[in-house]
Amino acid sequence: MQATGRLRGALPGIMTRSTGNRSSDRLLYWLLLPVFVISILPIVRLAFEGVFVGGVPSLDYFRDVLGSGATWQATANSLYTAGLGTIISLLIGGAFAFLVALTDVRAKAALVFCFMIPMMIPPQITALSWVQLTGPSSALLNAFGMAPPMGSPQPLYSAEGIALLLGIQHASIVFLTLRANLRMIPREQIEAARLAGARGGRLWWQIILPLTSPGLIAGTAMAFVTALGNFGIPAMLGIPANYPTLPTLIYQKLAGFGPSVLGEVSVLAMLIGAIAICGVAIHHRLLANRDYRLMGMVGRPLDIRLGARRSLVETVLWAALIAILVVPLMALIATSLVPAFGVKLDFTNFSFDAFNQVLFVQPSTIRAFHNSFLLSVGAAVMLVLVCLPLAYVMVRKPSKLTKLINLLIEVPYALPGVVLAIACILLFIKIPVIEISLYGTLGIIFIAYLARFLVIALRPVMNSFTQLDPALEEAAQACGAGLGRRLRDVLLPLAAPSAAAGALLVFLTAFNELTVSALLWSAGNETLGVLIFNLDDSGDTVLASAVAVLVVLVVIALMSCFQLASRRLPKGVVPWQT
Amino acid sequence: MADINLSRITKCFGDYRALNQVSLDISDGEFVALLGPSGCGKTTLLRLMAGFEEPGEGQISIGGQVVADPAKGVMVSPEDRNLGIVFQSYALWPHMSVSRNVGYPLEVRGMNRADRDRRISEALDIVALGPYADRSPAELSGGQRQRVALARCLVMEPRAVLLDEPLANLDVHLRETMQQAFLDFHRRTGATMIYVTHDQAEAMAMADRIAVMDKGHIRQMAAPETLYREPADHMVAGFVGAGSVLPITGVEVENGGTCSVKLGDTRIAARVCPKLASSGHINGQAGLCLRPEDVWVEDEAPLRGKVEDCVYLGGRFRLSVRIDDEHTLPVYANRRARVGEPVGLKVADGWVFDRLAGEVA
Ligand SMILES: Nc1ncnc2c1ncn2[C@@H]1O[C@H](COP(=O)(O)OP(=O)(O)OP(=O)(O)O)[C@@H](O)[C@H]1O
Ligand SMILES: [Mg+2]
Repeated sequence: MQATGRLRGALPGIMTRSTGNRSSDRLLYWLLLPVFVISILPIVRLAFEGVFVGGVPSLDYFRDVLGSGATWQATANSLYTAGLGTIISLLIGGAFAFLVALTDVRAKAALVFCFMIPMMIPPQITALSWVQLTGPSSALLNAFGMAPPMGSPQPLYSAEGIALLLGIQHASIVFLTLRANLRMIPREQIEAARLAGARGGRLWWQIILPLTSPGLIAGTAMAFVTALGNFGIPAMLGIPANYPTLPTLIYQKLAGFGPSVLGEVSVLAMLIGAIAICGVAIHHRLLANRDYRLMGMVGRPLDIRLGARRSLVETVLWAALIAILVVPLMALIATSLVPAFGVKLDFTNFSFDAFNQVLFVQPSTIRAFHNSFLLSVGAAVMLVLVCLPLAYVMVRKPSKLTKLINLLIEVPYALPGVVLAIACILLFIKIPVIEISLYGTLGIIFIAYLARFLVIALRPVMNSFTQLDPALEEAAQACGAGLGRRLRDVLLPLAAPSAAAGALLVFLTAFNELTVSALLWSAGNETLGVLIFNLDDSGDTVLASAVAVLVVLVVIALMSCFQLASRRLPKGVVPWQT
Repeated sequence: MADINLSRITKCFGDYRALNQVSLDISDGEFVALLGPSGCGKTTLLRLMAGFEEPGEGQISIGGQVVADPAKGVMVSPEDRNLGIVFQSYALWPHMSVSRNVGYPLEVRGMNRADRDRRISEALDIVALGPYADRSPAELSGGQRQRVALARCLVMEPRAVLLDEPLANLDVHLRETMQQAFLDFHRRTGATMIYVTHDQAEAMAMADRIAVMDKGHIRQMAAPETLYREPADHMVAGFVGAGSVLPITGVEVENGGTCSVKLGDTRIAARVCPKLASSGHINGQAGLCLRPEDVWVEDEAPLRGKVEDCVYLGGRFRLSVRIDDEHTLPVYANRRARVGEPVGLKVADGWVFDRLAGEVA
């Protein structure tokens, strides 16, 4: 707890430097403390494992790990797949966001709705369904007689295959961040550009793109960091291809279980953390030079007319959706319906046995749904509540401390879930001072989720605070509204769309998250991700697919509920609504 | 109750000094206009008073209470200053209706519903927006939005009202109505008003005193008529009124604050700035400020010139008459004049001041 003490010592200095010196302003800084404890302390704890050998400070682990060629090979592979994947996400997500938010394409709500689905499918399921889709034993392709011949190589078992799936998986992240940003562009700024004679490409490149660059940069950074820490896809595709990335290297080390495993994993984790921090630091550097506060009234959405090209654009959008959503989903459904894995599916032999089995025979499915629902909704709600004031402090009252925390909270998200899980176990197996163990309860999973997904909830909110005309808040201040009131009456409603987008992202990512809970679960406390993984691992691929199909159905049902309630919610809260 | 005192305020943005050693004393109930060219620091000064910016040096006090003093670490936050402000960019909350926007200060103060509604509808009536109460700000025109912002400021009856170019978006007719509304409000409540504008006619018409700003300095703070008749320096003389400033030599100071100035081939009588008269080196740096209404065409007058330009202003003409290579005089005339026509000019009044004052600061 030495670090906590240091933090406390640093607080008064920061407070006198801030503009307001009221107690409510000071209170805001205390918010940084739980954030520090939950999301930074576990990592610090893990880092200790890397720099102490048998209780003595030593750089042995560093020398071993950093001196090994395998480490650098895996680093290069990670950078390549995450980088290429980010570009793919940016292209797909960016194109969707721009077209849906700014032009007059039809059926926007449906497009957005469908575009959200790929990210709700857990990465290893995505990988599984694509492998099943494209490989020689593809249930779907075999049903049409289009499967490649037995024995031919699986094209996805390659660096580009990993990057492609990472790109598809994380396109929604770029999409959501960018779209929240696009909603806030006042119509006048684009209309002014059009009157100035900007049209077509010039309008896009010189006005719309720079205006949305904060969202683009933020989305890109987030997609990159997510791709960097992704385990499911490189594990399913990279291990068979003998193409190690940092997360799979860590996994293999853990599976090996030597005496030095924790130390080496700790060093590798620091390496991933360092790369993620570099990425995020570049992102902050880029954003620091642009203060694109959007002035003027937000409200009326834009509708750039596509004219004759509209049908073409719509066709391309839907075709892309079919390729990235419908086809793998079909593959997944096909797998869940076959009587046994590898059997050719046709209209005579499909069966719902697997669904019957997971729903009514095994009690763990319902329990896992319950647990995952509780955890993901809890994390989403909790994080939004924390993120509004936190984003406020970070954006409006930046100091050295907030900037540091801003970088560090990225680490739990960028680390592979397994590593975060180990860090949490190390710290919470016996909490110092109060001597309680969280291990073996849902609580430890919950805390790990809070640590991991803080960034997802925080970034969109920070982004929208950056773009708010500060006069809106100042006007409330002049009216006598203190900080709490301003947050509640002015900032919260204006940031609600991005906060909701953030909450939804947290919910969707947490709902079928696997890698964190894989180490933290215990009997009775299993999550959906764990359930699917365990089934798949024990050879019950068909049952695993059935659960995955159920997960997607439940999420679609939940999204539909939001859709029905959307008329009563403030405008922009439901991300796929226009 | 709400006199505002600024002493030696400096505000820097990075290396740029937006305000430099500004001192300003505004007494309770006074209506002060801040006048100056774009970018001179008016908004910055206003934001310092409101508490949105912290001064780098200096002290600000409101009603006797020190609200900002970096040397002593004092900084009272804006919400505790009870000042009303109208922003250049309206700053209406897009998620609230017009009436909620207007009523928000009362809501914050915990006023009950009935009183609040009454005050809201009064305030909306003042700005003639009664029928728009339930609209959202996005559905209003620019001028209407500005009026909502005004109503929001007036409704809380603040001890001082800060207005940042509040009428910039209104048409001439509405602008006059609103000016009257401000003056009425000022008379009724006796609140201190600080009014930023770059429209000097507006400043002259409304303010008790005007502070003319330039490049982060206050050049002169005086009643409108003083500012007009006796500008302190070149910048003020040129910025206020449609006059012109001529470099002159051959000044002879007489008693009683007057002097005689050589202009063309003749001499005219003018008032002289006491500071300049007593400074001794009067002939190197004197300037003559002439207002067009003090100069008129008189065919036999000894001061001769050629008409360079003639503009109809409605009711009268304004001529520019060149009397020699470096001197052009503004003149009001009752009839149109041909360009190039020779005319005689009679100068009834002028103001001689230190042309170089303030230039080095
Ligand atoms: N936040 C800021 N950062 C850097 N420079 C600033 C900032 N705010 C104002 N300035 C600079 O300070 C100077 C004064 O700005 P200010 O807004 O006070 O001008 P103004 O007199 O209100 O002009 P206008 O009549 O055009 O509104 C300007 O040169 C401006 O560029
Ligand atoms: Mg201004």
